[in-house]
Amino acid sequence: MRVVIAEDSVLLREGLAEILARRDHTVVAAVSDAPGLLASVDLHSPDVAIIDVRLPPGYRDEGLQAAVKLHRDRPEVGILVLSQYVEPTYATELLEVATSGLGYLLKDRVGDILEFLDALEKVAGGGVVIDPEVVRQLLAHGSRHQIDELTPREREVLTLMAEGRSNAAIARRLVVTPAAVTKHVGNIFGKLGLEPAEDDHRRVLAVLAYLKGARSRLL
Amino acid sequence: MVRGTARVGAGWEALRRSLLALLRSSRPWRSFLYLLGGLPVGMAWLTVTSTALGLGLVTAPLGIGLPLLASVALSGVALGAVERRRLRLVDPLPAPSPHRTPDDAGPWPWLTCRLRERATWAELACAPLLCALGFLDFALLVLLLALVLGLLSAPLQALFLRHAQQNAAWQQILHDGRSVLFLWLIGIWAALGSMYLVTVWAGLRGALSRRLLVPAPRSELTTQIVELTRSRARIVGVYEAQRRQIERDLHDGVQQQLTALIMTIGLAEAELAEGPPTAARLVSRAHREAKQALQELRALVHGILPTLLADRGLGPAVAAVAERSPVPVQLDVDLPGRLPETVESAAYFFVCEGLTNVARHSRAAQATVMVRRAEGSLLVEVCDDGVGGASVSAAGGLVGLADRVSALGGVAHLSSPSGGPTILQAQIPCVS
Repeated sequence: MRVVIAEDSVLLREGLAEILARRDHTVVAAVSDAPGLLASVDLHSPDVAIIDVRLPPGYRDEGLQAAVKLHRDRPEVGILVLSQYVEPTYATELLEVATSGLGYLLKDRVGDILEFLDALEKVAGGGVVIDPEVVRQLLAHGSRHQIDELTPREREVLTLMAEGRSNAAIARRLVVTPAAVTKHVGNIFGKLGLEPAEDDHRRVLAVLAYLKGARSRLL
Repeated sequence: MVRGTARVGAGWEALRRSLLALLRSSRPWRSFLYLLGGLPVGMAWLTVTSTALGLGLVTAPLGIGLPLLASVALSGVALGAVERRRLRLVDPLPAPSPHRTPDDAGPWPWLTCRLRERATWAELACAPLLCALGFLDFALLVLLLALVLGLLSAPLQALFLRHAQQNAAWQQILHDGRSVLFLWLIGIWAALGSMYLVTVWAGLRGALSRRLLVPAPRSELTTQIVELTRSRARIVGVYEAQRRQIERDLHDGVQQQLTALIMTIGLAEAELAEGPPTAARLVSRAHREAKQALQELRALVHGILPTLLADRGLGPAVAAVAERSPVPVQLDVDLPGRLPETVESAAYFFVCEGLTNVARHSRAAQATVMVRRAEGSLLVEVCDDGVGGASVSAAGGLVGLADRVSALGGVAHLSSPSGGPTILQAQIPCVS
């Protein structure tokens, strides 16, 4: 994969580059700000861009804005947004413009090398990966009706689904049989009143749409 | 009033203390100039204002008259400024403008600010009086001058004009050398006397101008309170800036380093996957511990300054807090643009604390959060339809927040009768 990195910390830029190099991915450009990102994407047409939310000059959400712009201009380029904090509002904003080739993860997920690279590949392939922390926050404060009916195990499964994991991956993670996961997923979709969706990617969107809806119904 | 008499008193004092010193000083001449200047200033004001008023009224239906009429309204401001400047001739005390500085630069904010001020209209109301007094001053001054000069020039008149003089009585006087000398001596005394007269007169006129055009200085206690309030606001500002600095330092420093460390340990973990199991286990543990450290640091830093508040400002941050509230919240937020950081933080944590209390104690089914600007203040209100009976002491966190609000010059108010509803309000002054 050909990757562009936009990250203002040299330490993290190099760390990311090293991790990517281990898996024979090519970092075609590593830049420290949003204009640099847009320019190098134009120049190199990478498969995926890894973008820090906080970028100079304001160190606010310049990276997020750049990601939105990038997706509008170059929808074929996968976007993985990294942040020191996950903010459900930002996840929602990203999902409003991008329903494919999008990831939003906490920075420390990068340390789980294999899972991180897995997520990156999913994003490059058009998938959607949302940090479990987003789902946790949405669940913690979401609708008190249907979500309250989920068992703790089902909540775990829901969170892993939002990360874009397949049933098999969820089964491995929770150390249960795939059949058990399939049953949990069926229960979740039943309790939340969602149309069953087999495809991992569509499943993420369905779950997040539900959570977002639960939030907006509150308002 | 007190000040006016004090000024006059000071004038008398000066007269008593050293009558001759006053004559040697520039004060009589400055007083003379001061009284003389009233006429041209008044004439200029009257001419410009009446022209603008006339033209304005005639052209008002066409629309162009409105700026002219506005300039009439503001003419008092100009006259006041000139008069305060002229006041320096006779009154050494500072004469600050009663107008406040507009919040924003540019002509439009200035105009709206001035038109809303009481001082503008007060000055306009005083303007005709000041003009009339200016004419009067001038007329009396001319009379006085004619008298003094007439007397002083008696010997000259006796020498050159006594035959040309039509008035028979006067001619007779001019022919008598002793009378001429007598008149001349009276003239000297009149000149000296009129210097005092002009000085005192100008002093009184200055005191009147000051009374009309210069705001009363605050008493010492008021000044101290104002200074104290400002210094409290400054301290809160510094505290807020430091919090932000700490947050930034942690984010740019320790957090990045910990993240890099987690990446490195992650790499090591991947390398050791097929290595010795003990080492792999230890590295995994190190990985977990480092992640935990980062999580705790993140929670800490987030508590200092929530991401959304820093990035997007009060409106979006309050919306996010409302979304997270277990009690449904109806939002009424109307905030164009960003506010000063101290105000944003105080208001944000005020809403957070308010909603926490709603969730914990109120047993409410519905809460309302209102945040909006009104007349140079930010109004924040958290209401619920719960059981009420909340008190400031019971809602412990509220005390600190109320202090923070009051340090910014604002007020916080809690109304929670038994049976509800509970209304928590804060009003924070903000000029941004």
